Amino acid sequence: MEDNKLYTIIVHSENFSGILNQIAAVFTRLQVNIESLNVSASSMKNVHKFTISCKTTAKNIDKILKQINKKLDVINASCYTDEDIFQSEIALFKISTDEFQNWEDTSRLLRGYNTHIVEVTPEYLVVELSGSGDDIDSLYRELDRINCVRQFVRSGKIAVTASSLEKVNDLLGRRQKRYQERRMQFPAEGQSCSLVRYGDFITDNQK
Amino acid sequence: MDMKNNTEQVTGSEALLRALVREGVDTVFGYPGGAIIPVYDALMDHMDELNHILVRHEQGAAHAAEGYARASGKPGVCLVTGGPGATNTLTGIADAMLDSTPIVVIAGQIATDMIGTDAFQEVDFTCVTQPICKWSYQISTPEEICWAVARAFFVAKSGRPGPVVLSITKNAQVGMTEFRHEKMDYIRSYDNDPEIDITRIREAAAAINAAKRPFVLAGQGIELGEAQAEFRAFVEKGNLPFGSTLLGLSVMPSSHPLNKGMLGMHGNLCNNVKTNECDVLIAVGMRFDDRVTGNMSTYARQAKIIHLDIDPSELGKNVPVDIPVLGDCRKTLTMLTERLVKVDRSEWIDSFRKYQDEEYEKVISRELQPSGDTLRMGEVVDAVSRATDHKAILVTDVGQNQMMAARYFSFTEKRSIITSGGMGTMGYAIPAGIGAAYARPDRTVCVFMGDGGLQMTVEEFGTIMEHRIPVKMILLNNSYLGNVRQWQELFYNRRYSFTRMTNPDFQILASAYGIPSRRVIDRKDLRDAVREMLETDGPFFLEACVEEEENVMPMTPPGNSIDDMLMEC
Ligand SMILES: Cc1ncc(C[n+]2csc(CCOP(=O)(O)OP(=O)(O)O)c2C)c(N)n1
Ligand SMILES: [Mg+2]
Repeated sequence: MEDNKLYTIIVHSENFSGILNQIAAVFTRLQVNIESLNVSASSMKNVHKFTISCKTTAKNIDKILKQINKKLDVINASCYTDEDIFQSEIALFKISTDEFQNWEDTSRLLRGYNTHIVEVTPEYLVVELSGSGDDIDSLYRELDRINCVRQFVRSGKIAVTASSLEKVNDLLGRRQKRYQERRMQFPAEGQSCSLVRYGDFITDNQK
Repeated sequence: MDMKNNTEQVTGSEALLRALVREGVDTVFGYPGGAIIPVYDALMDHMDELNHILVRHEQGAAHAAEGYARASGKPGVCLVTGGPGATNTLTGIADAMLDSTPIVVIAGQIATDMIGTDAFQEVDFTCVTQPICKWSYQISTPEEICWAVARAFFVAKSGRPGPVVLSITKNAQVGMTEFRHEKMDYIRSYDNDPEIDITRIREAAAAINAAKRPFVLAGQGIELGEAQAEFRAFVEKGNLPFGSTLLGLSVMPSSHPLNKGMLGMHGNLCNNVKTNECDVLIAVGMRFDDRVTGNMSTYARQAKIIHLDIDPSELGKNVPVDIPVLGDCRKTLTMLTERLVKVDRSEWIDSFRKYQDEEYEKVISRELQPSGDTLRMGEVVDAVSRATDHKAILVTDVGQNQMMAARYFSFTEKRSIITSGGMGTMGYAIPAGIGAAYARPDRTVCVFMGDGGLQMTVEEFGTIMEHRIPVKMILLNNSYLGNVRQWQELFYNRRYSFTRMTNPDFQILASAYGIPSRRVIDRKDLRDAVREMLETDGPFFLEACVEEEENVMPMTPPGNSIDDMLMEC
């Protein structure tokens, strides 16, 4: 058996409903668990960005990327190793004040991790830590040891690539240019609605 | 009719039908129901331009659309209601996905405000179909219709073709909208015509020119890309012998001297041997299915592999590729051909002969000139192929009948084989044959099937009866689920677990539907029966009672290296 490794996949897609479902189905088909998933708007209008991490084999990752890239409304999907990206994650810890006060080194612990205190009430405080997944794991373990964590949540990994340009910008630019060149060469009859996206189209009509 | 863009308000149903007509649709296979009634109502005003064929089961509509698409090259269309009508098309959608067949399935859906309440016949069809089609979309407002239809047709037929599903809610069907003719030829997230890397072309051409023992694998991509002429120029200029996948059998005439027949598990021995002897293997529009490669770990290890495909996800998927050539093969083949030099390869090409002779002696001659009294599948297929001058469209079902038809039918024209390759869907043949007959009324359509598969979509006899659809159906009746029985015989100690079938009298069945028919038992009647079938106007049902326990040979047993074939048993 091939070894499992941790991979980070970044997917850019159109902002249509149902895409998350289609992407998730690719993982289900191969019985690969998603370790973390973050979906948000990207720097481009109407383009959504998925940051997905999973532990699997190189062979599976290849299949996963091919299958995701095949989805019609996916612009592109690529896989990165830790050297190719800057990654980070945010976690919130809700800590009950009782246990906290009983333990003198706690504040030193929190400072050591570069946390922010977001909220303080007589019963609890909310502490935020952003950093690597390992840091978050380790802080959680230490706080858990004193049994003071009442709630815990983490955002899932987000990442930007190390290369200077967003690859997807390049890609879309090239595609559009090639299409326009082709149109010049073979002017097709009829009005083209190719560049009208579904969302825009509805707003047009409602105006 | 006035088709100009204007501000006339029409119902969504009307807009849908006008959009279909604008996409060049002339035939629709369908079945009505509550969630699609408004479209069926509007259809009555378009009967002059849209020929709607009422099938007897929605699976039939989907396969008929596939048959239509495969024979014509245009997307096939099927129209069904929501819920069960929609789910009955699933097998056809999945089949079209695996075989890259462009179909557009339009299914009714309950009104938007009812969705999510488990209303009568509510099925989340978009979600169900997403993993088995190229694009699935729910139209929830009448304004989206023209856009969605334009996108559906563009997606279905461009790039690597495939099925598209449109669910259309009842409110979208009855609501008013403006009909605008939309034309789509670009979707930024979808590269239907990938950029060709000239370096790869140069590398591939150099490798082919330097090859001593090149061998080409021809796939359906050549038919889908309408690159039959380009392929011919390519192999002829380079003197390149080739074998075809099941779906690629009609890309070139069977009699062409470079055409060495079929690849794979039941393919021609010479091809499988030469795959493992060649120095350069050039795959065009095929995907190295496991039925073609046999044991992957011993497949063409010695060869430099060049793979031409339009779908980037196929490159390097199943076999490691040395030179991937991404792009539309009509273009890439032309670019390669320009760079080929004429090389004399007669010795290499002649070396196929030995294996062709061996196969002829051990397999083919016994099939075509059998010593026993009982009819054999191969001779029946051969008789039909000859009687049509090898000009017919071959449609097959799945099983031994499929493999025998593929092996013994010959082709002279492109787009002449319609069979379920990737899915192996029993019950495919009759409805796909109906579709092919509508797509190509100028050609003879011969539909081969087994006694098992026939009974999976036999209800379409009703469709054939109603429209007197000229399909020439040939049942190879062995009273067994023969393909499975063969495996049981060879690999499960002849334990025939549930493969023997007690069948109805198929002659009475055909006559109940008013379909002219004939049963052949004796060899001496075969040619006359085939003649009668072809001379009869309209449909005909010919039942050939063939040897019950015949095996399809040669065969690469599962797990074997592809060239390690059983020749007799
Ligand atoms: C829908 C479906 N069910 C089951 C199978 C498995 N299967 C493949 S071939 C075959 C036997 C087909 O028997 P028949 O139609 O009589 O054809 P024959 O092989 O005898 O020519 C079966 C059961 C299948 N391919 N498709
Ligand atoms: Mg049978």
